[in-house]
Amino acid sequence: MFDLTGMTALVTGASGGIGSAIAKALVAQGAKVALSGTNADKLSAVAAEIGGDTVILPCNLGDATAVDALVPQAVEALGGKLDILVNNAGVTRDNLIMRMKDDEWDQVISVNLEAAFRLIRAATKPMMKARHGRVITITSVVGTTGNPGQANYAASKAGLVGMSKALGQELASRNITVNCVAPGFIRSAMTDVLPDAQKDALLTKIPAGKLGEGDDIAAAVVYLASREAAYVTGQTLHVNGGMAMI
Amino acid sequence: MSETAERVKKIVVEHLGVEAEKVTEEASFIDDLGADSLDIVELVMAFEEEFGVEIPDDAAEKITTVKDAIAYIDANKD
Repeated sequence: MFDLTGMTALVTGASGGIGSAIAKALVAQGAKVALSGTNADKLSAVAAEIGGDTVILPCNLGDATAVDALVPQAVEALGGKLDILVNNAGVTRDNLIMRMKDDEWDQVISVNLEAAFRLIRAATKPMMKARHGRVITITSVVGTTGNPGQANYAASKAGLVGMSKALGQELASRNITVNCVAPGFIRSAMTDVLPDAQKDALLTKIPAGKLGEGDDIAAAVVYLASREAAYVTGQTLHVNGGMAMI
Repeated sequence: MSETAERVKKIVVEHLGVEAEKVTEEASFIDDLGADSLDIVELVMAFEEEFGVEIPDDAAEKITTVKDAIAYIDANKD
């Protein structure tokens, strides 16, 4: 089950906790994976740790021109095709709405939402040609539940869900599925910076009693990327230890 | 029939899975050949690749029949 031998994938944000776990899991299932992120050194370290069939494609997702070039670069580096696109990269610029600066809003929308739009637009070309494709976007539980101080982040994540539903309908006839995975609170650089008091408060809301791991998200991505998930599209798979049941 | 017309018709037959005799120059992709809007996008991509031309979106929107495609390609290929 869930064998990805012969498939190729592009994972953004691949040097982060969740992104590297996703890349590792895709490689473990047999896929060849292009790792993208802003920091080439970190990507090299992840590639070395994975030790499998990977290529590195540094890219700043805030730079529209660079984003537009990323998928063609990946297709070339992966031998002429792209089966799986994982939009994982995301940033936070938390602030209360009354204090939120224009650039805090813009950066989050640009990296989280607009870059995903650009990457999907580019990726549908090789996918439509191949009559096969998997677009998997990492959203967040807060895109559904909201979270104070994260108006920008929640908006970007909810936007990704709506976009994926539209594209799921648009592309289903070409065997391209478009789905989201919505992590709850996962142990990563993004949650490591939360104050302990806030982490403790969080845990009381998670029936599983612990933060999730990158591997929990990676397993959901592997499923949606697989041939077995061909009939699943426009969906959001929530992986959150029960903190929100939607 | 011109060489361009032959190649265009071959792509249309292959892509839309229609019989060759249905692909007349007057045939409308959507009304006569059963294409949907996604098929048109794919056909335009296939024409671009086959003939090495760039067909911008505003031009692609005006290509509704086989004849339109042949005329655009003849006017714009090297």
